[in-house]
Amino acid sequence: MATLRVPPAVPSPQEDCEQLHKAFEGWGTNEKLIISVLAHRNAAQRKAIRDAYQATYGKDLLESLLHETHGDFEKIVLLWTLEPSERDALLANEAATKWHPANRVLIEIACARSSQDLFTVRCAYHKQYKRSLEEDVAAHTKADFRKLLLPLVSAYRYEGEEVNMHLAKSEAKLLHDKISDKAYSDEEVIRVLTTRSKPQLIATFNQYNNEFGNPINKDLKSDPKDDYLAALRAVVRLICCPEKYFEKVIRLSLNKIGTDETALTRIVATRAEVDLKLIKEVYQSRNSVPLENAVKHDTHRHYEDMLLALLGSDQN
Amino acid sequence: MADETLSLKKAFSGHGGFGVDETIMAAMVTKWRKQPDQKSRFRSDFSGFFTKIGSIEKCEDDYLLRLKTEFSRFKNIMVLWLMHPWERDARWMHHVMHKSYPFTVIVEIACTRTSEELLGAKRAYQALFNHSVEEDVAYHIKESYSKLLVGLVSSFRYEGPQVDNDMAKWEAKALGNVIKSSGSGKLIQNEEVIRILTTRSKRHLKATFKHYKELHGKPIEEDLGANLCLQETVKCIDKPAKYFSEAINIAFKEGADKPSKLSLTRVIISRADVDMEEIKETYHKQFGVKLEDMITKNTHGHYKDTLLTLIGK
Repeated sequence: MATLRVPPAVPSPQEDCEQLHKAFEGWGTNEKLIISVLAHRNAAQRKAIRDAYQATYGKDLLESLLHETHGDFEKIVLLWTLEPSERDALLANEAATKWHPANRVLIEIACARSSQDLFTVRCAYHKQYKRSLEEDVAAHTKADFRKLLLPLVSAYRYEGEEVNMHLAKSEAKLLHDKISDKAYSDEEVIRVLTTRSKPQLIATFNQYNNEFGNPINKDLKSDPKDDYLAALRAVVRLICCPEKYFEKVIRLSLNKIGTDETALTRIVATRAEVDLKLIKEVYQSRNSVPLENAVKHDTHRHYEDMLLALLGSDQN
Repeated sequence: MADETLSLKKAFSGHGGFGVDETIMAAMVTKWRKQPDQKSRFRSDFSGFFTKIGSIEKCEDDYLLRLKTEFSRFKNIMVLWLMHPWERDARWMHHVMHKSYPFTVIVEIACTRTSEELLGAKRAYQALFNHSVEEDVAYHIKESYSKLLVGLVSSFRYEGPQVDNDMAKWEAKALGNVIKSSGSGKLIQNEEVIRILTTRSKRHLKATFKHYKELHGKPIEEDLGANLCLQETVKCIDKPAKYFSEAINIAFKEGADKPSKLSLTRVIISRADVDMEEIKETYHKQFGVKLEDMITKNTHGHYKDTLLTLIGK
C-alpha cells in the first residue's frame, strides 16, 4: 500500500547524514543526492538521520534543508523529512490559523488517521505550539464549521471491529431524516459522524444506501457550491475510502492551469508510507494514465524527481 | 448484656453510617458461642433487621439489601485501591451512563485528572466497554449539558507553562458579555462558553477566572446561576481541593443518597496519592472540623480503618 522504496541494505544513519552534509557542501546543492537518501528512508530511519546530523554537525537537518533547497522542492523535502506526527501538527496549525471554508486539511487529518495517530498529532501540537489543537481550531473557525471541526479533531474513536447493526440502522434513519430536513449541522448528525467508530460508520452508510436507495453523499449534494456540505461529504469519503478522496484531490490539483503544488505535495508526503499505492491504482483506473505520467507532465526538475521517488517510480 | 447487644446492633447498623464493624461481629460469635438464647433475644430486640411472619422469624429484605452494600464497602474500597487508576476512572464514568450516577462524576474526572490520566481512562474505557466514552456520553446523555460534557471528555489540554495573558483577559470579557446577554438557562449551551471551558489549558482558565473577578468584582461562579454543570466545571478546574472537600461533606450529610455516599470512597481513593493534604486543610477550613474526626465518627470497621490510612492519619 505504501509506495516508499527503501533499499534492502540501508546505510547507517551516520553514513546517511554524512552524505547529506556532502550534498550541502560547496557551491550549489546536490539535490539528486538528497533525494537518493531521504526519499528512500522510512520515518524511523529519517528520525535517526536527523538525530545523527544534530549530534555530528550541531544543527537540525531541517535547518540545512531550508537553507540549501528552494521552491516546491524545498517544501516537499521539509514536509517529508518531518516525523508524521510533527508533519500533521504543522499542516493542522497552518490549516487552523489560516482557515477558510474551502480548506479541508483538518478533515483529512482528523478522519484519515487512526485514533492513536491523531492523538500523537495532538501531543506533537502541544510541544510545537504550546497550545492544544482544539483551542486553535475552536478559536479560528466559526458557526457550523466549528460545530463540525472541533469534535472531529478532538475525536478518540473506538478502534475495534465490532458493529452494532441495530444501531447502524437507527442512525442511518436518523441521518436520512435530518438530511431530508436540510438540518445538516444538527447535533445528532455531528454526534454520529464525530463519535462513532469507523467500522460502525461504514456499516451505517451501507445501511443508508440499502434503505434509501442512494449513497449518503449523493443526498449531501443538494448545493454543490456549499462548502459545509462539501466538508460533510469529505468526512464520509475519508472514513469510507480515503484513497478515492485523495485521488480526487490529486486529480484536481493536476488539472489546474498551473498545478496546485500545495495539495500535491501534502498528499504525496503524507500518504507515501500509508496508501499511495492504492491511490495510484484509483488514479490509473479513473484517468486511464498512470499518476507518474501526469506528474511528469505537470511538474519539473527536482520537485518532479522527488515526487517520482516517493511514488516509487525513480531509478534508485 | 445490654451493652453487648447495643454494640452488636451498631456493628450491623451500616445503613446509619458507613460500613459494618467486622471485628465486633467476629468477637460476638466467640462470646455467644453455643448460646442460641442470646441470639434469639438479639433478634427480637432488633426490629429493623428482624421481623416475624406469624411465628416464623425472618430478616427484613430491605435491611438485607442495605447490609449487602455496607458489607461490600470494604471489599469495594480494597478492589478500587488495587485497580489501575485508569480502569477506576473508566468504570466510574461508565456508571454515569448505565447506573445513573450523577453526571458530575464525569465533570470531576474530565477536569481534575491530568491530560495523560484522562487519555489513559479513555483507553481503558474502550478496552472495557467496546465504545469510546465520547460516543457513550453523546448517545446516552441527552440533557442541556450534554454538549459541555462531550467537550470536557474529549479534551486534551495543553499542560505547559505558557499562557497568553491578553487572550485570557479578552476571554474573561467575552464570558462576561455572554453571561449578561444570555438567559441563565441558555448559558450551558452557549458555543463560546463551551469552547473556552473545554479547550483552553487549566493555567489559561485560572488566569481567565482571575481576570473575570478583577473585571466584574466577583468570582465567575456567582454569575453562573443555578447551573450545576457549569459551577462544577469551574470549581474542578480552578479549585479542585474545594470541590473534593465539598463532595466529601455532602456524603456525610443527614439523608445523603447512595451515590453521594459512594463519593466518599471515590474521592479518597482517587486523591489519596495526589492532593489529600490540601483537601484535608481545605475541609478543615471550610467546615470547622478535621476530616479524620468526621471519618472516625461516621464510618465503621475495616472500611473506616482503610479510609483513615488513605488520608494519611
